[in-house]
Amino acid sequence: MSGVAPVSGQAERIGGELLRVDNVSLSFGGVKALSEISFDIKKGEIRSIIGPNGAGKSSMLNVVNGFYQAQEGSIHYKGVTYAPMRPYIAASNGIARTFQNIALFRGMSTLDNIMTGRVLKMKASLLEQALYMFRGKSEELEHREHVEKVIDFLEIQAIRRTPVGRLPYGLQKRVELGRALAAEPDLLLLDEPMAGMNVEEKEDMSRFIIDVNEQFGTTIALIEHDMSVVMDLSDRVVVLDYGKKLADGTPDEVRGNQDVIDAYLGVTHD
Amino acid sequence: MEFLHAFFIAPFVEMVDQPWFLFEVLVGGLSAGVMYSLVALGFVLIFKASGVFNYAQGVMVLFAALNLVGLMEWGVPVWLALILTVIIMIGLAFAVERLVLRKLVNQEPIILFMATIGLAFFLEGFGETIWGSDVRPLDIGIPDDVWFVGDAMLQQSDIFAAVVASFLVTVLALFFHYTRIGRALRAVADDHQAALSIGIPLNHIWIIVWAVAGFVALVAGVMWGARLGVQFSLAIIALKALPVLILGGFTSIPGAIIGGLIIGAGEKVAEVYWGSLFGGAIEEWFAYVVALVFLFFRPQGLFGDKIIERV
Amino acid sequence: MFYREAGVFKTTYSDDMALLPIPLDKFFVLSVIAFMVLVVPFIASEYWLESILIPVLILSLAAIGLNILTGYAGQLSLGTGAFMAAGAYLGYKFVTAFPDINIVVGVLVGGLASAMIGAVFGAPSLRIKGFYLAVTTLAAQFFLIWLFTKQPWFVNYSISGVPTAPPREIFGFLVTGAESNETARYLFVLSFVIVFALIARNLTRGRIGRSWMAIRDMDIAAELIGIKPLQTKLSAFAISSFYCGMAGALWAFCYINIVEPSAFDINRSFQILFMIIIGGLGSILGSFLGAAFIFTLPIFLNNAATGLGLEVSTALIRHVEFMIFGAMIIFFLIVEPHGLARMWSIAKEKLRMWPFPY
Repeated sequence: MSGVAPVSGQAERIGGELLRVDNVSLSFGGVKALSEISFDIKKGEIRSIIGPNGAGKSSMLNVVNGFYQAQEGSIHYKGVTYAPMRPYIAASNGIARTFQNIALFRGMSTLDNIMTGRVLKMKASLLEQALYMFRGKSEELEHREHVEKVIDFLEIQAIRRTPVGRLPYGLQKRVELGRALAAEPDLLLLDEPMAGMNVEEKEDMSRFIIDVNEQFGTTIALIEHDMSVVMDLSDRVVVLDYGKKLADGTPDEVRGNQDVIDAYLGVTHD
Repeated sequence: MEFLHAFFIAPFVEMVDQPWFLFEVLVGGLSAGVMYSLVALGFVLIFKASGVFNYAQGVMVLFAALNLVGLMEWGVPVWLALILTVIIMIGLAFAVERLVLRKLVNQEPIILFMATIGLAFFLEGFGETIWGSDVRPLDIGIPDDVWFVGDAMLQQSDIFAAVVASFLVTVLALFFHYTRIGRALRAVADDHQAALSIGIPLNHIWIIVWAVAGFVALVAGVMWGARLGVQFSLAIIALKALPVLILGGFTSIPGAIIGGLIIGAGEKVAEVYWGSLFGGAIEEWFAYVVALVFLFFRPQGLFGDKIIERV
Repeated sequence: MFYREAGVFKTTYSDDMALLPIPLDKFFVLSVIAFMVLVVPFIASEYWLESILIPVLILSLAAIGLNILTGYAGQLSLGTGAFMAAGAYLGYKFVTAFPDINIVVGVLVGGLASAMIGAVFGAPSLRIKGFYLAVTTLAAQFFLIWLFTKQPWFVNYSISGVPTAPPREIFGFLVTGAESNETARYLFVLSFVIVFALIARNLTRGRIGRSWMAIRDMDIAAELIGIKPLQTKLSAFAISSFYCGMAGALWAFCYINIVEPSAFDINRSFQILFMIIIGGLGSILGSFLGAAFIFTLPIFLNNAATGLGLEVSTALIRHVEFMIFGAMIIFFLIVEPHGLARMWSIAKEKLRMWPFPY
């Protein structure tokens, strides 16, 4: 990861609180997936959530963007309290995400997939769309222009017209990032964006994440297994284990935490 | 006011007034329900083992009955015709696996579903091209006298059908619990990987389960054929197994049975006591509309597994 | 190398996003339309207009409707016939209740009525998928046909139960009913089909079309990026039924010239489903190809049989037809799920390379 410059230490990049998770508990039919989790995400930072398999990381993101509704606790986002958050509210207030198992629209082209990221910004009426006139046309053009910028940024010009189902895994991950970016999110949730990638692809993806964060000032919450990536990219890290919060702090603090070391080395729970 | 009376009061008064007639209606409905159950059973078997929603199950009933009748018209004795039809249905299972399922592995369920619609049309055309499409009586010695219970008149063939159906369900239950193949089939329903580790290839399981479903279709075809004659409308009637499945849940054998009985009895009672209020023939849609309403409240069916979605 | 896009450089997104970005395509489509409008009425025989072109055009419209729902939005429907019936019966009610209002409005009202009914039967689609939905659309199929058959209000208490289509004029030409001239009827139907095919094309490539496809391909992800599932699915049901309803009204007014339930039974639903599977799921062009193919194959079989001097009963031809359709459905689903439309574009691809294969 030598090509990746450390980004911590740029205090002016990071602002006040953007999102706060307050005492969130989530269970599925008696099985606790998350218990009493609290942490915050500051404007402009890269915040990682780590932990062993089954620690509740994905569930945490799902609660943040309202796909799962937690039984207890609340989400504070941009100064508003949501108990619980709902998917549509999350999306329309600038929370976008990618998924652990790629969730692209397989039958559609790269271009169309990324265009769906703009869906909330399009206001043309049914009639205008039917006739491809007025806003029906102007909107398409305007958003196409923005989507082309995303395509340039991610360097995927060549696969613009390819149905995403036919793309290799690494490119699919990139298109999925593109779809999230097209929404111009304030908070970007990335669920294992580098899972299953080789070193080169990981370097590319890390570069994109840093660029997004620096160029657009997008706040990022990241789930990732590759520790070197996490430690290099993140400003702060939350550690989950068995649905509980184990530690929270800068990469260095977390690295030195005894509970975290135990969890990762597999010390048995009593 | 008059309508409300006719809707909410008169039918129930009539039921209490003439309990034997109600009994007769119920038995008639339940015996139709047994038929729906038999078709639904075939659906559930295939759906559980392969995740394929087999629209052609209804036509398989017709196809089996057509073959049986056709063979008997050639002068083949009943027992031999039955055996030959079973062999034909097993052959069909092989053909379906080889020519359809194997080529559509890993396709979306909706594509497989549409493929079975194609299969249904093919089988119907094929069966009728060979055997013709006249309505034909099927007589394999099922008793067709009536019994009197109190003031009610019961068709012996209905009772016979119920007995055969219960026998069939028992046999299937035993098959699933006590044979190696049966256990493998149940394992497949739960987890495809696990089933592979038992050492039975998925292809064989598909063939077996389609053959069993073909056998169930034959039994249903014999029962329906004896009641109504063998004709195309069997396939349409068999479509009623779909709402039965909505009610019972797609993965539950008891659900298929109970769902069938509820639908059968329900539509008959609705037709007899309420049908004339609406101009009659509400039997045609009653089952579907019940299923539609049911879906709003309990989409997984009475006995189905709850669906949890993940990302 | 007659058909090519090389050398065609687009300098604006507006050009790139035009309906038909390749000039030759544009030329081709425009000439087909011109041919259908200007030449066909003069060269086609009465038989061709009345027994082939009119029904194929109307069925294409219905197939576009079902394709919007099933091909684009991924919601399977077995109730197309019923939604067509809704358009026919309610369009008939409107046209007879307001005899002075233009027949175009009558057809549109039939479509709108069908759209509302379609949305009602589509409502369960929020919670259920795939074959569950097939059952609810079957409910629509059996219930609506029963309703229109058994409730005499829908046919203005006509004694026979099958009223004739009311004769109506446009620009002084009769365009509906048995009395009307087949050329006038053909042009009337054709103009509906051209306008609404263009509209369907616009819808499917715009925001709403992308939302439909997103729901089709992965509904959960679609919801999480802000596409509202209920609104999107209901819009697909409503717009699909709108098309089917118009087709039903045209079928009754301009083709069979009576309003009867058996024209819209479950076999009609399957016929149109087959059209979109064989023509191509998720393709407007495919809807036309599928409709033409499925409608003319039986005619072709019949003629072939008589041409060969074979004595075959109509029943047998019907059975053979069933076998062929069934086998073709399976064949297309296995080999080319995008149907004839995809084959057409592969052929174009080949033509683009011609005469050099690489």
